[in-house]
Amino acid sequence: MPGSLKKVIVPLSETNIPRPDVSIEMRTMEVALPEETTTSPEQTRPVEASVVRKYLLSRGNSAIADKSFKALMAICAASIFGIVVLIASELVISSQLSWHKFGLEFFYKLNVDPDTHLPTFWDPVAGTFYALPFLYGTLVSSLVALVIAVPLAVGSAIFLTEMCPKLLRGPLAFVTELLAAIPSVVYGLWAVFVLVPLLREHINPVLMSIFNSEIAVKTLGWTGLVGETGLFGGVNYGLGMLAAGVILAVMILPIISSLTREVMSAVPHSQREAALALGATRWEMIRMGVLRNARIGIVGSIILGLGRALGETMAVAMVIGNRPEISKSLLSLGHSMSAVIANEFSEASDNLYLSALIEIGLALFVVTIIVNALARFLVWMVTRGVPARVN
Amino acid sequence: MIKKLVVVMGLAVGLVLASANAGAQKLTGAGATFPYPIYSKWFSEYSAAHPGVEINYQSIGSGGGIRQITTGLVDFGASDGPMTDEQLAASKLKLIHIPTVLGAVVPIFNVTGVSDLRFSPDVLGDIFLGKITSWNDPRIEKDNPGVKLPNETINVIHRSDGSGTTYIFSDYLTKVNKDWANGPGKGTALNWPKGLGGKGNEGVAGLVRQLPGSIGYVELIYAMQNKISFGAVKNVAGNWVKGSIEGVTEAAASVKQIPADYRVSITNAPGAQAYPISSFTWLLVPIKAPDTAKGKVLKDFLNWMITSGQSEVSNLYYAPLPKVVADKVLKSIYSLQ
Amino acid sequence: MKMATKPNLHSKYRSAVDQLATGLAVAATLLVVAPLVAIFVYLIFKGASSLNLAFFTHVPKPVGETGGGMANAIVGSAVLLGVASVLGIPIGIGGGIYLAEYGRGTKFANAVRFTADVLNGVPSIVMGIAVYSLIVIPQHHFSAFSGGVALGIMMIPTVTRTTEEMLLMVPNSVREAALGLGVPNWRSVLSITLKTASPGVITGCMLAFARVAGETAPLIFTAFGNQFWSASLNEPIAALPLQIYVYAISPYDEWHRLAWGGALVLIILIVLAVSLVRYVTSRGILKGAS
Repeated sequence: MPGSLKKVIVPLSETNIPRPDVSIEMRTMEVALPEETTTSPEQTRPVEASVVRKYLLSRGNSAIADKSFKALMAICAASIFGIVVLIASELVISSQLSWHKFGLEFFYKLNVDPDTHLPTFWDPVAGTFYALPFLYGTLVSSLVALVIAVPLAVGSAIFLTEMCPKLLRGPLAFVTELLAAIPSVVYGLWAVFVLVPLLREHINPVLMSIFNSEIAVKTLGWTGLVGETGLFGGVNYGLGMLAAGVILAVMILPIISSLTREVMSAVPHSQREAALALGATRWEMIRMGVLRNARIGIVGSIILGLGRALGETMAVAMVIGNRPEISKSLLSLGHSMSAVIANEFSEASDNLYLSALIEIGLALFVVTIIVNALARFLVWMVTRGVPARVN
Repeated sequence: MIKKLVVVMGLAVGLVLASANAGAQKLTGAGATFPYPIYSKWFSEYSAAHPGVEINYQSIGSGGGIRQITTGLVDFGASDGPMTDEQLAASKLKLIHIPTVLGAVVPIFNVTGVSDLRFSPDVLGDIFLGKITSWNDPRIEKDNPGVKLPNETINVIHRSDGSGTTYIFSDYLTKVNKDWANGPGKGTALNWPKGLGGKGNEGVAGLVRQLPGSIGYVELIYAMQNKISFGAVKNVAGNWVKGSIEGVTEAAASVKQIPADYRVSITNAPGAQAYPISSFTWLLVPIKAPDTAKGKVLKDFLNWMITSGQSEVSNLYYAPLPKVVADKVLKSIYSLQ
Repeated sequence: MKMATKPNLHSKYRSAVDQLATGLAVAATLLVVAPLVAIFVYLIFKGASSLNLAFFTHVPKPVGETGGGMANAIVGSAVLLGVASVLGIPIGIGGGIYLAEYGRGTKFANAVRFTADVLNGVPSIVMGIAVYSLIVIPQHHFSAFSGGVALGIMMIPTVTRTTEEMLLMVPNSVREAALGLGVPNWRSVLSITLKTASPGVITGCMLAFARVAGETAPLIFTAFGNQFWSASLNEPIAALPLQIYVYAISPYDEWHRLAWGGALVLIILIVLAVSLVRYVTSRGILKGAS
């Protein structure tokens, strides 16, 4: 975008207006600058303090005030560190009881009742606590969410950055931002009264009739994904994994979409121009010039969306059905790690029960840290060195 | 900008601090959802009649009530399932059960085109065990001659939280159904063989209303207030009884000698018209309150509840305490410190 | 002839793919916008009819009775957010100042920056567990204070990171100019650098505010809920999102009505905050927030 307007801050002292003598007054101005200016060393790397500054700093007579101010700010920064350490240590200490009782099996054991041969994962009466169905529910509902959200988010990001008329770009970006601002509990409210009945009465029967039809069973029966025991078998409650996945998809759409937009904007224009100059159509330009260069960042934004989906609580707790069970069917009821904590934490009647819930919380904590770190790393890989362009 | 920020924050702090000492006597309680309608009415009326007293009650479930009073995070708890001896021993505060009202747990259902059903005890148990899966099962049809039952799958709805209602219901099933006694057993939270979980009596009623073909169990008032159909259950005398104040009262009358700690089960009680899934519900009150001022307020409230409060419980489909029990409870309240 | 038609066919195919891709992108955008429209239409349709004066002035009625409002929950949310802001904003801005002004490139700053991102990703329910163990249990009662702390902690990372980013965009010459005039460093940071970056910093604060305003999960076992008026920090307190949750899963039509009304009020507040942010950033000095 050569010659585009870029708003930057320019202190009066840098313009030609005579410098005011004592008081420093800052004003803002809008100046047209060629694009390259923004990548000048001062803009991208304000890190290096100049010699002038070093000299000026060493000269003042407010050293004590300065030092204590710096210390205060350092304490603020360190407190962030402290908070995370505090949370982590609290979770680790409080989950000891369950950790010692169940060990690592807590997370993967398919526990079966010796008498009835039915799976029992979570039995507060008998004091049996295995977290597998919660892990499974969290994972499956998040994956369903990704399957739905990723194509939509990437598609809308492509539209907004590459195809959309300028006039529409701002409002549409704003609308997706608004989606991100709606609280989880409001999504849950809407899901309970609108989405779940819609799924139960209109969408699920269609899915069931397609997946459980004779033709599907005959041709695809070997995959195990169709028929009564397949992805859409069993009872149609409306609530369940699919409902949780759909509402999660709506919730992570804006995150994936806005980050993908950012990453795609960071792809240099020369790439696009080169593709177009070779006679590519717009789609070919997007595919070869933009998506290929931005793919790592897009994966990063998807993982960030996954991180959000994994930890989401209220909306999921309201629609997933709250049943600790492992079933292939997406229509079946499930439970998730965060939902079980929300439902049962305040009433866990003995210490082992409470400790088991906290251990689930700890697992959630660790998993989201790993997922977020990975995502940040990937996004950083693409956007480093490129000033973020904001719509 | 900094100044403005400081001013705004100062205001916020000021507002918060100013309101911190409003001078009211505030109590917090938590627990059972089963008696929540009557409790919320009592607390709101008591607060209106006694300015400066506010009793905040959160219906988080009986399991939660036991948990929170045991750890001492609330001033009193509430439960429909009496605490076990181990739970009492584990509590930091020495607790006493104060019975408040009696109620009935009724099987509610949402079956297309059916508004009245009868359940014999073993059929009810087998439905919740998952052995009977369709509404037109011959065993259900046998109990309900003349009712046209649809070929609909039965969706079992149970509680997802620790619940006294679950305790009462499973206590009953344990007494009448062997497989149930050997399987899930009784407790505030169970390992359910089947079904989906709703949070609180409210949650179960909400799910049953929304989900065709479902069956659940709630306290009578939740069925009445929400106009959900509920079934009659066969009692010990062999009569079909629907949950009602009279049925509960007759079940309560069967208790000749109430134990000193008031922990008594009246499910499956004898009596021609006694409703078999009835129970007391209790407040869990510390014998010696850690905060004497709060203890005094609670004591006053309990007195009011037993004397004046009982007159309005039947409006909300609960049965008042029998006279013998009420007199005994008054003495216990008097001994609170 | 052959030579002429072949590329023609191919280019037709290519342009068809192009058209298809465009169509799919448009469809995807529409599908992204659709839920928002659906949610808003439903909220306004359901919520507006239940908003009346009583909603904003009365406390909830006992279960099953009609009428009553959510005034106590609105006040409760305000108190909780007040506590959260008092805690979260100064610490967040302080952390941001340190990262941008003092800690550039140091290992400590990198660690803090990473931790802030980690903290941002921690599920709110986990925050609730931690605050329950750290504050509620030692205090021996549920309280507005503990709820406010949980929300405040959640504000810190967003505020820190935006503050840092905004401060980094202030040119060094500005700092030097201030120092050159003999202004103490701390003063220059607060009155010059931070002030210059203030629209962006405010944006960060508002975003953090909007994010925690709708949080429910960490309040379930900290703020706990209350059906009476309460603004005391030492007592359990009602909060709008918490109340919406309780009402939404109840069977009472009256409570459903209140839940929709509450959700509408909450959304209006949040949309106002976000729009304000957008307005400030679009005409302010510094862009690039969020």
